[in-house]
Amino acid sequence: MATDLKTTDEEIGIGEYQYGFHDSTANYVFTARKGIDRDIVTQISEMKNEPAWMREFRLSSLEMFFRKPLPTWGGELRQLDFQDIHYYVKAAQGQERSWEDVPDEIRKTYDRLGIPEAERKYLAGVKAQYESEVVYGSLQEDLAKQGVIFTDTDSALRDHPELFRQYFGTVIPPADNKFAALNSAVWSGGSFIYVPKGVKIEFPLQAYFRINSENMGQFERTLIIVDEGASVHYVEGCTAPTYSSESLHSAVVEIIVKRGARCRYTTIQNWSSNVYNLVTKRAMAYGDSLMEWVDGNLGSRLTMKYPAIYLMEPGARGETLSIAFAGKGQHQDAGAKMVHCAPNTYSRIISKSISKTGGRASYRGLVKVANGATGCKSNVVCDALLLDSDSRSDTYPYMEIDEDNVVIEHEASVSKISDEQLFYLMSRGLTEAEASSMIVTGFIEPLVKELPMEYAVEMNRLIELQMEGSIG
Amino acid sequence: MSSVLKVENLCVSIDEKLILKGVDLEVRQGEIHALMGPNGSGKSTLAYALMGHPKYELVDGRISIDGESLNELEPDARARKGIFLAFQYPVTVPGVKVADFLRHAVTNVRNPNRKEGEGLIPMREFRAELKSRMEELGIEPEFARRYLNDGFSGGEKKRMEILQLAMLRPKFAILDETDSGLDSDAVRFVSEAISRLAGPDMAIIIITHHERLLEFNRPQHTHVLLAGRVVERGDARLAHELHDQGYTGVRQRHPEAAAEEQAAADAGNRQPAAAR
Repeated sequence: MATDLKTTDEEIGIGEYQYGFHDSTANYVFTARKGIDRDIVTQISEMKNEPAWMREFRLSSLEMFFRKPLPTWGGELRQLDFQDIHYYVKAAQGQERSWEDVPDEIRKTYDRLGIPEAERKYLAGVKAQYESEVVYGSLQEDLAKQGVIFTDTDSALRDHPELFRQYFGTVIPPADNKFAALNSAVWSGGSFIYVPKGVKIEFPLQAYFRINSENMGQFERTLIIVDEGASVHYVEGCTAPTYSSESLHSAVVEIIVKRGARCRYTTIQNWSSNVYNLVTKRAMAYGDSLMEWVDGNLGSRLTMKYPAIYLMEPGARGETLSIAFAGKGQHQDAGAKMVHCAPNTYSRIISKSISKTGGRASYRGLVKVANGATGCKSNVVCDALLLDSDSRSDTYPYMEIDEDNVVIEHEASVSKISDEQLFYLMSRGLTEAEASSMIVTGFIEPLVKELPMEYAVEMNRLIELQMEGSIG
Repeated sequence: MSSVLKVENLCVSIDEKLILKGVDLEVRQGEIHALMGPNGSGKSTLAYALMGHPKYELVDGRISIDGESLNELEPDARARKGIFLAFQYPVTVPGVKVADFLRHAVTNVRNPNRKEGEGLIPMREFRAELKSRMEELGIEPEFARRYLNDGFSGGEKKRMEILQLAMLRPKFAILDETDSGLDSDAVRFVSEAISRLAGPDMAIIIITHHERLLEFNRPQHTHVLLAGRVVERGDARLAHELHDQGYTGVRQRHPEAAAEEQAAADAGNRQPAAAR
């Protein structure tokens, strides 16, 4: 994906983070003033020409956001100033179907991130969101002919109102948590996907989320409906410039996987270390379906994200593979939730976290089995690797099991890179940095090998970048 | 011209405790040396110190190749200068495939000036070479895809060390009890493999208790360590004699070193068991 970035660290004034550059905001179409209140929310809705019900939905969500207290668990949120953020920023006029029509500066950014190249090589469709709005979209023609919808969520509200209203907000209601309420009030952009019955999409659909301006809040809203027997692999990537002040990314992702369908949602997020990443992701998996979250969390100042799968009918399977990498000044509070609502449902959580130079990685997970959900199986494995003694790893596994006839397994381990491993690899000619990097790559290998080749390469490359300069 | 590895008055301590007390050694490319001595005499310490293990503190003396000091070099730099250590207990590195690891190692050792991030040796070329080395050593092809030493039996781990030796082709190979813990078939396999690899470009320093390894790889020089000093030197006959008769004679001929050995053993015994 991101290949051959010519900008040097000196030019962009950062250390290890490679995507910290930013474009001028001088030609933006619209930038909302900082802060959040009814006026801003009304303004967003009016600019988008939304139906009245959506404006009401936003405003009532805003009330919930104000009413709900900040979570006191997870990461440190008190320094996050909600009034110091732009909630809606529109960089370009419309959404283009050809990269050539995307404004030069924005197109160059995506070139540097390698998106058009990846699109040519191995993607079935692409959405590129820049600030609050999607600026580019494509979908292979044959998929469109088969009835596949891959559009931005704003367009879906306009063009597919019935389908939209049937599912929007049903998996994650605004009242779910403070940040879901915030997203429901100010959401903009995100992907809307509908895969009709029996349609299996071979290549991934990809969305790329880019924050550009300072003190920016990005609140995309993604809704994916995979109809009976259909399958899709959706991939999202995220980056942002490095600023000294905070940016906020607070997405809501809702997924419905119907009977016998299959959905894999892969995130390779690599935020700059001034971004608060507070995301709610949840899927409903129906009979004999398979839902998989592959969640790679690199970067950000604080990430709180626990992709959830509600196993609604017998035979549903849920799987979450989570990789978290916490560097200096970063806290990854990530994990997964599996809720077994029906008998004979199966879940698996594999979490691998790496902490270095004082970073903190926490696994926080919930396995819940409802009363009557007999014959369920759940397996949780979380492994943490500490690269030095300044770094920290925590595990918070929650279990709520209201049924006896189930099999629940949980294993956890914490390890350090051992001096003997380093010496062994170095004695074969690898430098200390190469040896550390190799040990880390090996640690996450069981997860990375689950990824399609291009993403595995990208993940390994990102990990190597994180490891660079880590040996002092 | 053949290279010379020179060890002069090497004094090494671990956790402030002096283990090697002035060792001299001169090894020329193409030679085979046997390094012998009872347990605790400092054989493995010498091997680790030559490779540059950070816990082994070089208190005095000098290690050099062709006059160029290695004292300040990290283990990876020493590897690129042509030193190789076959470990007695090879370390497991989960998730790292043998082939990936070896390709990286071979690249660095063959291109000592390579900068981090520069390209590796071409995949096709590397694969072909790895395949033929593995065939020569009778190692199953699937080994290349396994994780480094992960779930390997004792014999498989030693074969992996020999494979690395064959791929890296060092000037000076130190084999630290490569034959320990193996059944007699495996010992023969290792012995034969080493004798095939040995040649004018490779010196081999064999640390062993076994006769077998030395039968196949007859040393021109034998060095006997006792209490951190080389107390006797000879040729293959000395190695043979020690194997037959043990170290009683050596201790009798070197009562001072034997007394030091005894004192060190007593000091070790006085420590609480958990600390040993």
